[in-house]
Amino acid sequence: MSVEAVSRIYADSGRPDRSVRALAEVSLRAGPGEVLAVVGPSGCGKTTLLELICGLQEPDGGAVRCAPAALMPQRDLLLPWLNAVDNAALAPRIAGMRRAAARERAGALFAELGLAGFEAARPHELSGGMRQRVAFVRTLLAGKPVLCLDEPFGALDAITRAEMQSWLARALRREPRTVVLVTHDVEEAVLLADRVAVLSPRPGRVRAELAVELPRPRARTDAAVVALRERALRALGLGA
Amino acid sequence: MRRHLGYTLRCARRVLPAFLVALGALGVWELYVDLGGVNSALLPAPHEIATELWRNGALLWTNFAITAEEVVLGLLLALVGGFLLGVAIHLSPLLRRGIYPHAVGSQAVPIAVISPLLVFWWGFGVFPKLFVIALICFFPVVVTTVDALAAVDPEQLKLLRTFDASRWQVFRFAELPAAMPAAISGARIALAVGVIGAYIAETSTATTGPYAGLGREIVTDLNVLATARAYAAATVLFAFAVACFYALTLAERRLVPQTNPPRGARP
Repeated sequence: MSVEAVSRIYADSGRPDRSVRALAEVSLRAGPGEVLAVVGPSGCGKTTLLELICGLQEPDGGAVRCAPAALMPQRDLLLPWLNAVDNAALAPRIAGMRRAAARERAGALFAELGLAGFEAARPHELSGGMRQRVAFVRTLLAGKPVLCLDEPFGALDAITRAEMQSWLARALRREPRTVVLVTHDVEEAVLLADRVAVLSPRPGRVRAELAVELPRPRARTDAAVVALRERALRALGLGA
Repeated sequence: MRRHLGYTLRCARRVLPAFLVALGALGVWELYVDLGGVNSALLPAPHEIATELWRNGALLWTNFAITAEEVVLGLLLALVGGFLLGVAIHLSPLLRRGIYPHAVGSQAVPIAVISPLLVFWWGFGVFPKLFVIALICFFPVVVTTVDALAAVDPEQLKLLRTFDASRWQVFRFAELPAAMPAAISGARIALAVGVIGAYIAETSTATTGPYAGLGREIVTDLNVLATARAYAAATVLFAFAVACFYALTLAERRLVPQTNPPRGARP
């Protein structure tokens, strides 16, 4: 995945003075199997960046070169009329797989990722954390080499979020993919990513890129994790 | 045995309020006619209507069968046609601009204006009546279907696009199931007006033969001042409309089990 000098401007037709520059010459790359975290303040164009990578939008400048990417949106967007396993199996079904076969594939991943027993539950019967897990499995099953995770745990409480972060770290070790993880949680970025890119406020520019060369699993209390967190926060302009 | 008893009790609790309201209204009505000296050609007392219902059972039944057939087939036409039109309008901006305004306008057409033409086309049989009922009932289905299809979460559609879903798959996996409950609400409105649609259909298009349905029966009775019998026929229509409405609620539970019918529509 590589993004080179990409800009994106949301034009207000008829009011050029009110057009919004979301991204300004952002360059990022992630090699196969690498986890790249993108942190930045609200409204710095993080979601726009992911939509560009997934091909949902076209850049106004620069180039996006990327293997096919699947998006895991901020909200889980599970379909309320399907149970958990059918929701997870949505992408294979769209790809033309038969329902039973698609269910079987999703069921295998459920077992592997600790979701066994929840296959038949409907989304409204699941907790927020469980819904995000199902949404993640759905993203995995899209069968794309690149995963774009848009603040996957942003809506969860702190305890659930911590659980989900270690769950995601484990899941990615079992199912390695190239991941672009957008988050506003610096700690989450340092815990999960190989590299952290820090974006500036709108229009988003890359302010710093930090390599996280730490062994996994990482603990949030590790001195090295805390130190990197501080560096990233300083890059955001929030250093103590 | 005890479970059966519990079920019976639960049913009774559900039906009881409506039953009591009917009983109260009939009591007031009876007293008003009996004590107020109301001419029974103007407003027959409930007991007179009950007598007419009993005495004219066969006549009312024959007419009811005719009306019921018209209502069921006409509604079927309206529901299927209205739903398909709603989907077509949703999928094609051209159709939306070309047809939607005329669908709205069709609701303002006085049936009497077009009924001679309908009879000229299709004769004295059931088809002109089906058309009239469908014309009156299809509109709420179109409106609720179009609105519900347009209200599907755009983020959801975006997600499906990242899965490379075709237009048809977006419709099949997201829009159609999401729109079902609202489309059925439209069907519920259609059902409630379906019976009055049959009345309009029967009284505005010509029929041959001795029996022409409950609507025509009511008009005939009123013309000969057999008001109690007209009320008896109206009572049958009333019960039929209620039965249709709740039949749909039962069907809905099978069709879209993921959403319970809204509370007001449960029997």
